[in-house]
Amino acid sequence: MGKWSRRAFITTGVAAGGVVVFGIAIRRGDRTDKVRGLVAADGESLFDVWLKIAPDNTITAIIPHADMGQGVHTALAMMLADELDADWSTMGFEEAPAHKEFANYSLAREYSAPAADFPAWLIDSVDGLFFRATQMMALQITGGSLSVRTTGQIAMRVTGAATRAVLLEAAANEWQVPMSELSAGGSMIRHAGSGREASFAHFAPAAAALPLPDKPALKSPREFRIIGTSPPRFDVPAKVDGSANFGIDVVLPGMKFAAVKAAPVFGGRVLSVDESSVQDMPGVRKVVNLDDAVAVVADGYWQAKQALDELSVEFSDGGNGGATQDGIFGQFADELEAAAAEGRGTTDFMSGNAAAALDTAAQVVEAEYRVPFLAHATMEPMNCTARVRDDQCELWLGTQNPLGFARQVAKALGMDQSRVVLHNQYLGGGFGRRAFDDFAIQAARIAAQAPYPVKLIWSREEDMRHDHYRQASISRFRGGLDASGNAIAWHNHYVNKHDPEEAPHIPYAIADQAIVYSERETHVPWGFWRSVDHSLHAFFTESFIDELAAAAGRDTYEYRRELLAGEPRFAAVLDLAAEQAGWGESLPANMGRGIAIHRSFGTIVAQVVDVEIVDGKPRARRVICAVDPGYAVHPDNLIAQMESGIAYGLTAALYGEISISGGAVAQSNFHDYRMLRMDEAPDIETYIINGGGLLGGAGEPGTPPVAPAFTNAIFDATGIRIRELPVSKHELRLKDVEDVA
Amino acid sequence: MITLSINGEPRTLDVDPSTPLLWVIRDYAGLTGTKFGCGIAQCGACTIHIDDKPVRSCVTPASVAEGRQVTTIEGVNGGKEELHPVQQAWIDEQVPQCGYCQSGQIMAAAALLERVPSPTDADIDAAMSGIVCRCGTYPRIRKGIKRAAAAMAQTEPVETDNG
Repeated sequence: MGKWSRRAFITTGVAAGGVVVFGIAIRRGDRTDKVRGLVAADGESLFDVWLKIAPDNTITAIIPHADMGQGVHTALAMMLADELDADWSTMGFEEAPAHKEFANYSLAREYSAPAADFPAWLIDSVDGLFFRATQMMALQITGGSLSVRTTGQIAMRVTGAATRAVLLEAAANEWQVPMSELSAGGSMIRHAGSGREASFAHFAPAAAALPLPDKPALKSPREFRIIGTSPPRFDVPAKVDGSANFGIDVVLPGMKFAAVKAAPVFGGRVLSVDESSVQDMPGVRKVVNLDDAVAVVADGYWQAKQALDELSVEFSDGGNGGATQDGIFGQFADELEAAAAEGRGTTDFMSGNAAAALDTAAQVVEAEYRVPFLAHATMEPMNCTARVRDDQCELWLGTQNPLGFARQVAKALGMDQSRVVLHNQYLGGGFGRRAFDDFAIQAARIAAQAPYPVKLIWSREEDMRHDHYRQASISRFRGGLDASGNAIAWHNHYVNKHDPEEAPHIPYAIADQAIVYSERETHVPWGFWRSVDHSLHAFFTESFIDELAAAAGRDTYEYRRELLAGEPRFAAVLDLAAEQAGWGESLPANMGRGIAIHRSFGTIVAQVVDVEIVDGKPRARRVICAVDPGYAVHPDNLIAQMESGIAYGLTAALYGEISISGGAVAQSNFHDYRMLRMDEAPDIETYIINGGGLLGGAGEPGTPPVAPAFTNAIFDATGIRIRELPVSKHELRLKDVEDVA
Repeated sequence: MITLSINGEPRTLDVDPSTPLLWVIRDYAGLTGTKFGCGIAQCGACTIHIDDKPVRSCVTPASVAEGRQVTTIEGVNGGKEELHPVQQAWIDEQVPQCGYCQSGQIMAAAALLERVPSPTDADIDAAMSGIVCRCGTYPRIRKGIKRAAAAMAQTEPVETDNG
């Protein structure tokens, strides 16, 4: 489980006004030879491992991340193209093969090395941003909203700028003119004095032989021509005509299909399986016992699934068969009680003396919040196609962690990792789920027992019941107000910490704070879930600050605003959301308005939700979203990611609940794990602030604030404070219904 | 054995007629644009047309399509060079994110516009709420449908709206 510790946030203002002034070293030592055979065709010139120029002057960015709808291929190619002064219309991309030279980790290791020539503030950020890499030895991961922030800034922009420099140098050499008289643009180099002009491709072979400069100058934002615009995404056309190949769409000659059923209770094993119960069914090839799961292989997927449903199999429960959701919450509560009574608990953040401040407070507000386990429910269920032959394993699937998967599959098959070749496909949703390799290992183990390739497809039920879940948690608060209602003390004690470390921390100027946690493990597998711990802590902290404002009898926006006076970027984002929402205007009696703000993955997001109560049910009608990611590389895609993050977070707030019964997941499909649908989707308006400083992420930060903004709006409409998600568990009625009646 | 027409092409496939059409289309006809999402008609990723009506192929036995016209995302533009107006609108509005549900969304939207050339928001809600998008592209789907409706009204002026 991913426990880690780091100093995550760099103080803002290191690159005031958004001017990116640093030059980051190109890695010393030529490593193009290591990857040339993997990515470059004859005649193509390769620069570092990230860029190639073809004889027809088309330029390809080589991108080490998976696209799961977040637009990363387009955004990263833009960053490279802009620094290169390339013609965007002839830019393309390739996804990098699973190779360690493309790994985040090798970047991290190189650039974090003390010998590297880095400004001190950037070393901190590199250490921070590469937390997963350095912690998990995980390689080439797509997650943590990191792609633009790390690969984009460190690999794409620097390589683009460095390549531009050697192209100019090669031109200066050939034309015998000073480099200073040359200009680049539109993938061409020009010499104004002589009127000469030639393509990047013309100089590329000579330029590729020159050493790339260590620290090329990068553009300032006002020099950007491509960054900050919104060209159409590369991946969209293939996603409207059925031609985009997802993992589930892979077809290999002679391929068979597998359906799988794992022990329903986590930790359970296969006790017995009776192959004879299905061996006469049509198309059935074989039954494979995977120890904790059974699979049926057949000529068609439907045949495999039908046979699996008929298969006589008995599982053990691993000793977990008695676990229930109430029991798990009970254990959490007991742990919090015991830890509080015994003065235990691990300090997460401490400032001043919260206990003493609470003793002197004029008013103490207490609240306890709960959130359930959540499944990812990617639209494409887990699947993997594997072929094992000649001591080699090939895998076709969508993954957020290709090198990690290859390593674990190699281990499972007892093979050297060099014998595992992974072909990454489009991901039909990731959200963190496709960082976990269980389904790939299953596919490889089944294929290892078969003389043909096998496509393993999980049913929706299998996908929902064998996920790696967003944790359930309880969080308790005590807040102290002075006689004027000002917040003077913040005490928070919660169960189970994962990452990011700063998720429970608040931006508010409350002098005396204590944030502590206690650990109580469950048997339910944990996983990264879009925004990870931010998804719970934003709900907790932004609900509780709302409760403090209510206890003080103050406006919830203004109360936050006062406490953010020393955080100008937060204040600007909050103000923008409130202003665009028309905060303070009166609403119809059946409506309410709520606000929340949270920073995650370097991006600050504030949202104002308008909720309407219809027949006792809350309908989110409109979400106003203000976002400061430092600088929006592709504004339309940032807007799309905010829309997506809001739908994801609202789905969870409204309906999301995975509960444990008899040790297993009670839910099974979309009828009992409901999704937000078109008729429930709010109108969304997104407003962007380019606040400068380090770039923040886009894929996750839209999710955390929406749950508290939504429940705060419900409070505004009904006076009912939702302290346990999902909202659908609660009976709602309008504030004045009784009076009216 | 089953005989049906997929995207205008007559096909005879050696498959148990009780097999859901989804798997017949994907694994026997080799058209992978139609997606598996839930298997119980809850998510709509598998939406296709049978005789121009939207159908959840994951719960429709292949026998239902015997002798009928099946249309999938690969054939929604009628086999023409240009895209269906809904597909073009999806590009213009940059609708897809992960893209997995979008075949179903586009098939449902195309069927809606066939029936209701200028849909209201309520029409869109009614026709589209059966198709889940986990990436939350709903606001753009709504815009895309309106854009496609406008484009279709321009190119196919069936009736003037003066009464």
